[in-house]
Amino acid sequence: MSQNFRLDKGGYINRNKKISFKFNGKKYFGYQGDTLASALLANGVHLIGRSFKYHRPRGFLGVSVEEPNGQVQLYSGATTEPNAVATTVELVEGLVAKSQNCFPSVSFDFGAINNLLHKFFPAGFYYKTFMWPKSFWYKIYEPIIRKAAGLGIAPLKPDPDRYEHKFEYCDILVVGSGPSGLASALAAAKNGASVILAEDKPRFGGSLLTDEVTIGNKKGKDWADETIMELKSMPNVIVKNRSQVFGYYDHNMMVMIERTKDHIENPDKFTPRQKLWYIRAKEVVVSTGSIERPLVFGNNDRPGIILASAAKEYMKVYGTLVGKKPIIFTNNDSGYDTAIIFKKNGIDPLVLDVRLKSESSVVKEAKDLGIKIRFSYGVVNAEGYKKVNSALIGKLNTEKTGYENLEKVSCDCICVSGNWTPTVHLSSQSGNKLKFNEKVNAFVPNQPKQNESTIGSANGSFTLKKSLEEGFDKGFNLSKKITGKDSKISTPTSNEKNYEQQDKFWCMPLPKNKSYKRCVDFQNDVYVTDIELAIREGFRSIEHVKRYTTLGMATDQGRTSNLNGLQLVSNIEKKIIPEVGHTTFRPPYTPVTIGAIVGREVGKHYRPTRKSPIHAWHEKNNAVFVDAGLWLRPRYYKQGNENLIEAAKREASNVRGNIGVCDVTSLGKIDIKGKDSAEFLNRVYTNAWMKLPVGKARYGVMLREDGIVFDDGTTTRISENHFHMTTTTAQAVNVLSHLEYYLQVVWPDLDVNVLSTTEQWAGAALAGPNSRNLLEKLFPNMDVSNESIPFMGFKEGDLSGVPARIFRISFSGELAYEINVESGYGMFMWEKIMEQGKEMNIEPYGTEALSTLRIEMGHVAGSEIDGRVIPSDLSLDGMLSKKKDFIGKRSLNRKAFIEPEREKIVGVVPLDKKTMIPEGSHLVADSNASLPNPKLGHISASCWSVEYNNPFSLAILINGKKRKGEKLYALSPLKNKVIPVEIVSSHYVDPKGERVRS
Amino acid sequence: MLEIKCPYCGKRSQNEFSYGGDASVKRPELGKEISDKDWDDFIYNRKNPRGKHSEFWHHIAGCRQWFKVLRSTATHEIFKTAKIDEEL
Repeated sequence: MSQNFRLDKGGYINRNKKISFKFNGKKYFGYQGDTLASALLANGVHLIGRSFKYHRPRGFLGVSVEEPNGQVQLYSGATTEPNAVATTVELVEGLVAKSQNCFPSVSFDFGAINNLLHKFFPAGFYYKTFMWPKSFWYKIYEPIIRKAAGLGIAPLKPDPDRYEHKFEYCDILVVGSGPSGLASALAAAKNGASVILAEDKPRFGGSLLTDEVTIGNKKGKDWADETIMELKSMPNVIVKNRSQVFGYYDHNMMVMIERTKDHIENPDKFTPRQKLWYIRAKEVVVSTGSIERPLVFGNNDRPGIILASAAKEYMKVYGTLVGKKPIIFTNNDSGYDTAIIFKKNGIDPLVLDVRLKSESSVVKEAKDLGIKIRFSYGVVNAEGYKKVNSALIGKLNTEKTGYENLEKVSCDCICVSGNWTPTVHLSSQSGNKLKFNEKVNAFVPNQPKQNESTIGSANGSFTLKKSLEEGFDKGFNLSKKITGKDSKISTPTSNEKNYEQQDKFWCMPLPKNKSYKRCVDFQNDVYVTDIELAIREGFRSIEHVKRYTTLGMATDQGRTSNLNGLQLVSNIEKKIIPEVGHTTFRPPYTPVTIGAIVGREVGKHYRPTRKSPIHAWHEKNNAVFVDAGLWLRPRYYKQGNENLIEAAKREASNVRGNIGVCDVTSLGKIDIKGKDSAEFLNRVYTNAWMKLPVGKARYGVMLREDGIVFDDGTTTRISENHFHMTTTTAQAVNVLSHLEYYLQVVWPDLDVNVLSTTEQWAGAALAGPNSRNLLEKLFPNMDVSNESIPFMGFKEGDLSGVPARIFRISFSGELAYEINVESGYGMFMWEKIMEQGKEMNIEPYGTEALSTLRIEMGHVAGSEIDGRVIPSDLSLDGMLSKKKDFIGKRSLNRKAFIEPEREKIVGVVPLDKKTMIPEGSHLVADSNASLPNPKLGHISASCWSVEYNNPFSLAILINGKKRKGEKLYALSPLKNKVIPVEIVSSHYVDPKGERVRS
Repeated sequence: MLEIKCPYCGKRSQNEFSYGGDASVKRPELGKEISDKDWDDFIYNRKNPRGKHSEFWHHIAGCRQWFKVLRSTATHEIFKTAKIDEEL
């Protein structure tokens, strides 16, 4: 198809590079430098999508981020992108786009029946209708609403693209590269400040791209280009286009998204699609410009009705006509600019101006060019369904409440100009409470709450002269404050057209007996009648009106609708706008991809992976790994076709009957030194530590101040003032912070230092009746007898020349030793153990066997220490010293904690001795009781007992100690299981603890 | 994201720190008799002021020092930071 609506010349597109693309399956051509929107318009395509609620045909209203209608679905498969705003999508070869929210096609859409039924879908329709019958919500209403909700379709496959994060610091961040932004960036940079200038569009210059102005005797556009060149050449300046600063956060933390890939035809393999910048700026200059408001009249949402400023930009930047028979409908002078450009391109526009007259120079210029102008006139109703083809226009009576006459005029587009809304989103996000400026009839920033300054038209300064002055001024003053330097450049002279004050009239009345739909919020389909209804039903606060009607709540954040909505409320309520107030703006200013927010932290990169120095051996020996916090630990070592339970049984049996070895490197280790170390441990742990001899380890339990068990582990006295503490893998980080808190904040007088040594030591646990024999082989010069290294004993040894620490501690409940060497020798140690243990048939065991062994023994771990238990719940009463105070002790005599019927740890065996009880199952007395079945306790951990060859679980059970021998039921609704069980002791194997001491 | 001045390292972003609660709370002395109510206040009861609040922060991904911050709970403005043994 040819580009019938492309001007012969003009625009900043590259006409030498033709680009093909597809829209709704049809092939079109555009040029490099086009957006999807400008290319479609150049091809005469106006029907882009269907509206959200009533499925009304919609075309482009804007030219950039203000666009409420032109949302499309890009591409397909994993790279598909829903709700892409076609006015911001740069054209690349092979781009594929389609319309959203329509079925079967944008031209013929079943959903349009909603438009005929609109009387049944007023504001608040959902709130009123789906309240009853209650049972309908789940199965009928919700699925239908879900299907109808949203516009595009999210991709179902993982995003193949790469996204990056960048952190940057600067003195001054300037947001927007219009005249005021360029001026402030230049002034600040020249005065020695480090500056970042961010522009969301591909082209710099803002209004200078379209306005016929001069700065310092240069064309505005040329001045902009030269200024950008100069800024780019300065080492203290970062200049970024395609970069949207979308969020203003605390302490001047600005977040910006840079589009780095989608506009490139053949990007390199590792080009990120987008970059998310976190910028900490000492000062932020908001020069985000302003957005034109539409006028409101009958069927003002038809395709072909477009903002006058957008029509101008399509002509000036893209050489594209939005129509060949335009009506310019305006309440101010700026609409005339668009008319003049049409005229200069050989198109005859008709200007309708609701004002009585205007004598300004731009109106005179239009008159001199022979442009037809009708004052006191406006568009009453746009006609044509999928594209406007004529307009009912009318002469307003003097009160502007009705019409003196009506007539029909044919046209192919209506360019509307309802004056300008400053883009105050970022200023508002920063905490600046906006104030209403009567002169510009809009909200502008007031008092900054952070180091923020808003300038130019975002500040309501609509002349070029004022914008430049504010820019140069702000740039110099802010940089002076930061750098202390004083080199000022003078503000260049400028020349521009003068605009008169606007008329505040913006909403056309309905003619007698007519009920045309007049649209206020295009994206969320909110009409004048909806807002009137909300007020009639008693909603007064603008925040309530907003939520009831959804005005301004769409992804365009009401950029074209907010102020018109406010004006409407103020007219109906007979209040002035400042009394009505405004709604709150929140980040992000434009939608941001989840990919950009996540950055590189996807999949395994979501968090660091910690591996022991023995990891490679585990991998080579068929280990199946499990995440233990950040650590990857072998869960079991797979042999043949065995499953998890079978492998755990094999590995655990070998420990009980022979010898096994487990990599325990991940256990938290903390080195404690200083002359008050014993005293400190005495305060931190519940049991006594002062008299622990050198060369002995002790099991300890830590509480939080509220009496809840925090962590457990063994601590060994290496020398008089030197201890080695171990913590659980999961709590290692928190225990260190806890110790540091008490040492630095609560008891700074104690002479103690703590340091994490988790990664400095590699650990291997030898467990099983044969472990002493292996230890003897590993340390031939050491006396390994029970007398020399008794249970809880400690010795330093020499492992073939490598210094080692040997602790006789046991989690498995068997005779066991834990050997630690410096991490770098971890693999050496492990291989030595495997080599020397080979003739004893040593086998490595993973965390599943480790759990099996500890569960059988009734040793508690993280699944019991779950942040809800006190020591006595875990039968650890014996660990509580009566002679000294310790952290959390005072809490233990609280009423609820001394309650005799508290939950206690017990053992649970299924009556059939076959069925494994799912962890998390509830224990109940009557499996058939009516729901909710009163819960007596829960299963915390389950294993297959290798000692008794039947399943065994630990549970936390109300009044548990007195229930031994009782028959209960374990219920798991998730696994659909009801298992009759018997309550037994939690110490299922070796209750007297003879093996560890053997 | 807040910018917090660690008294040892200087200004750093909030993601290097972890919050450590109300700095006006003082742990009762060990081994001293204390009423249920006073202990209850120590464990659970905190003021929730709108405005200035003194609090502990831990430079957990930095020098690992605990220190004090005077911060506005309404605006997040940080008025002052200080070492543990200094006055805010």
